[in-house]
Amino acid sequence: MTESTSGDLRLTGVTKTYDSFTAVDQLDLVIPRGSFFALLGPSGCGKTTTLRMVAGLDQPTIGQIWIGDRDITNTKAYQRNVNTVFQSYALFPHLSIIDNVSFGLRRRKVENYKAKAMEALELVQLAHIAKKKPGQLSGGMQQRVALARAVVNRPDVLLLDEPLGALDLKLRRQMQIELKQIQSEVGITFVHVTHDQEEAMTMADTIAVMNAGRLEQVGDPATLYEHPTSTFVANFLGQSNLLEATVKGRYGAIAELDVHGVDLRLPVDRLKADTTKLWLGVRPEKLRLVEPGAGDPASLENNRLSGVVTDASFTGLATNYLVRMPWGQELMVVQQNDGMPRAETGAQVNLAWAPEHGFALSGDQDSHAGAQDQADDSGAT
Amino acid sequence: MAAPLAELEVTTAPPPPRARRSYTPYLLLLPGLAWLVVFFVVPMVALASQSLQTGDPESGYVQTWHFQTYLDALSQFWPQFVRSIVFAGAATFLTLLLAYPLAYFMAQKAGRWKNFLLVLVIAPFFTSFLIRTLAWQIILTDNGPVAGLARTTHFSDLLQWLQLTSNDSLMNSRFAVIAGLTYNFLPFMILPLYASLERLDHRLVEAAGDLYATPIKTFWRVTWPLSLPGVVGGTLLTFIPAAGDFINSRLLGNTQTVMIGQVIDSEFLRIQDYSTAAALSFMLMLVIVVIVAFYVRRAGTEELV
Repeated sequence: MTESTSGDLRLTGVTKTYDSFTAVDQLDLVIPRGSFFALLGPSGCGKTTTLRMVAGLDQPTIGQIWIGDRDITNTKAYQRNVNTVFQSYALFPHLSIIDNVSFGLRRRKVENYKAKAMEALELVQLAHIAKKKPGQLSGGMQQRVALARAVVNRPDVLLLDEPLGALDLKLRRQMQIELKQIQSEVGITFVHVTHDQEEAMTMADTIAVMNAGRLEQVGDPATLYEHPTSTFVANFLGQSNLLEATVKGRYGAIAELDVHGVDLRLPVDRLKADTTKLWLGVRPEKLRLVEPGAGDPASLENNRLSGVVTDASFTGLATNYLVRMPWGQELMVVQQNDGMPRAETGAQVNLAWAPEHGFALSGDQDSHAGAQDQADDSGAT
Repeated sequence: MAAPLAELEVTTAPPPPRARRSYTPYLLLLPGLAWLVVFFVVPMVALASQSLQTGDPESGYVQTWHFQTYLDALSQFWPQFVRSIVFAGAATFLTLLLAYPLAYFMAQKAGRWKNFLLVLVIAPFFTSFLIRTLAWQIILTDNGPVAGLARTTHFSDLLQWLQLTSNDSLMNSRFAVIAGLTYNFLPFMILPLYASLERLDHRLVEAAGDLYATPIKTFWRVTWPLSLPGVVGGTLLTFIPAAGDFINSRLLGNTQTVMIGQVIDSEFLRIQDYSTAAALSFMLMLVIVVIVAFYVRRAGTEELV
């Protein structure tokens, strides 16, 4: 064991089946020690089951869970140096806040537990309510108490199960920042389960996107966003325009694609060697709206498509357009409110984007995968 | 001069709107209050007055404020008093011991069998208290299987050693009375326990495990304190009627197991010494109120959610 891997959380071939339903399927995952890791996916994707297996509340059907070089698969929850911030907070209603926070310390017979618990309460800025009962606190305060109760034990891994799900938007934003600060302060590995892609991207160093019990893609937020490897990730993380494309030829660093009769370009290194059919993806904010006839300020190398604006909605920060292509598909365009004139519904427009902003996804996937999940989840919160 | 005037105007708030009087809550209280006055307060006053009268049923009673009745009754019947408290306490403890695991299982683990088990718990109420207690005479009879099993397992020896029985026979003993009380009041313990354990959030148990509490610690630190309202409710519902019970001691006991309820029963209906019976009833009530008040204070249920 080298120094760098000691304390890493590793899942090897972890599978959890309930009767005929497979909640988690052959999961292999390494979560480096001290990282802020997000497990992201729609409801029912197996992320909470994964978390519960790490916590020891559920037992994997197959596979092992390791912390460093210790196999903890067959240990009980109370034997693991892992703590959880539950979605429901699960504060003990009959104990005061300070007794809640010192619960874990006292079970481990830690000396000076009261001072340590107070320290943890100070970390979440709640030292003044130490003597209250959970029922007397607001949701946001309870959430912080739950965090303090877990952090105070200095576990190897801290698990957060949708900890901000019950908070309103403003409080959630504030807690996101606070959580990240606390994580860097205490240096504990945080594993954060969420269905909120924005939350995951804001907070985590590394995101693992899960779908239907499997890992879709693991990477840092920027990589996942700019270079998704599946249509699910492309649609679940932000929004994507996916164009059906075939490869016409490769010329040096550039590949020529045919999209419904239009020639488009893509850097050749985005393509796998033998790809012929693919989904060409481009994010809405990468598309620029250009009036026909107006000179394109950027290079002639840009990709261009032309269509008709079918919807324009002004959000203040930006204007969101839907532009219908000649083949019927509607592309999403987000134009920053940077003072440029806005296009009207019904206007004929050109769309331009730099080839390197495109990404290629293998053509045998459902181009709508993940889009519906995201809409469902954001509607629910 | 205008400025202070303006300030004054700002600070004088308009008078608060007169709260509309609503008589509805009092009207809703009325039927219950009337019922209690007629069937609780009036008999209590009558009982109190009876306990301080002297006379006999033939020639009538006179209000004499004869407090000596209380002292005479107490000096004559204090062993039955103490015995009632001890027997009721033992039965309450045994019902708690039997009911807790059962209620826990029903509330947390039984799943779709929950309602069926609840019906089974309530089922004994379909027959009368008297019949059920008489049935225990047959169950505990000397040549029955229970007595036989107690002999072969030397359980009867243990009972004798504990002075719960005086010979090999299980019937007509302290053991029989306590067992009868335990049996008869078991549902009163199970139901409140079930109600409070059913509300127990299983996620709290998980959270305790996550915070390094072993299953045993989890029970004592989380499950037990959260079920205390049920424990207090169940023990009160068992202890109070058990302390005044007279059926079990009469049907299953002997002359050495007479409880205070049995004494009151015979003073009223056989000896017809109404004053002593009323004084005993009053003292029993007082003793129970004191014990319960002390117990509820100790349990500190007002702090529980």
